[in-house]
Amino acid sequence: MEPKTKVNAQDGKQELIITREFDLPLELLFKTYEEPELFEQWMGTKVLKMENKKHGAYAFETSHEGNVVFKANGTIHEFVPNQKITRTFEMENTPFPVQLEFLEFEKITDNTSKLTMQIVFKSVEHRNQLLQMPFAQGINMAHNRLQDIINKLK
Amino acid sequence: MNLRRDVFQAIADPTRRAILLMVTSQAMTAGAIASNFDTARPTVSKHLQILTECELLRQEQNGREIFYHINATKMKEVADFIEPFRKIWDDRFNKLEDLMKNYKKK
Repeated sequence: MEPKTKVNAQDGKQELIITREFDLPLELLFKTYEEPELFEQWMGTKVLKMENKKHGAYAFETSHEGNVVFKANGTIHEFVPNQKITRTFEMENTPFPVQLEFLEFEKITDNTSKLTMQIVFKSVEHRNQLLQMPFAQGINMAHNRLQDIINKLK
Repeated sequence: MNLRRDVFQAIADPTRRAILLMVTSQAMTAGAIASNFDTARPTVSKHLQILTECELLRQEQNGREIFYHINATKMKEVADFIEPFRKIWDDRFNKLEDLMKNYKKK
């Protein structure tokens, strides 16, 4: 089966494109980006601010075991319900420069919809670094587990 | 042979990751690898076969024995790949979809 979420990162380009088709009407899909309480649930984060309008701002933070582990914020440049959101995205307390994001929401049928997310980075290197970051964490976790297994074998 | 086998499936298994870690520091024979596990020798052989098919391991004949080496080039390819990033978004979007399917029913 083809994966539902696709990521296209072309060599030498400082952008990546994420696409996903949903078994949801367009309006319900858009709602998950528009309403803070819904956004919090699927992103697993806490919304501190969400001004869905031109020149509005947003901020959210994620906690784990009582500690804030991730904070991000940005400015909204375009907000057209059921069509598009253009915004910046900045991860706080990290060396990553701000990103520019273009989100496009499309209706496919009455019950299906599509999201296209284009993310533009400061450089190709910054994009590649970001792509490698989640795996770096994943491999550490795998290594820790491996270490546990090997310790048990000894 | 299952042609749909890929490297991510290969490294998803804890035993196979343990094997990869073992041969990182030195090349080992199948027997030496198997002696580190409680599982039956054929099970370990199967894991070695999968890792070799995915090119994460290389076989090298040394006299009468076959040694398994790690294929560093392939491992680097795995690390550079975008799959983990895709997986994070896929999980988020699956959650979004489930959330709104319930929302729809309300």
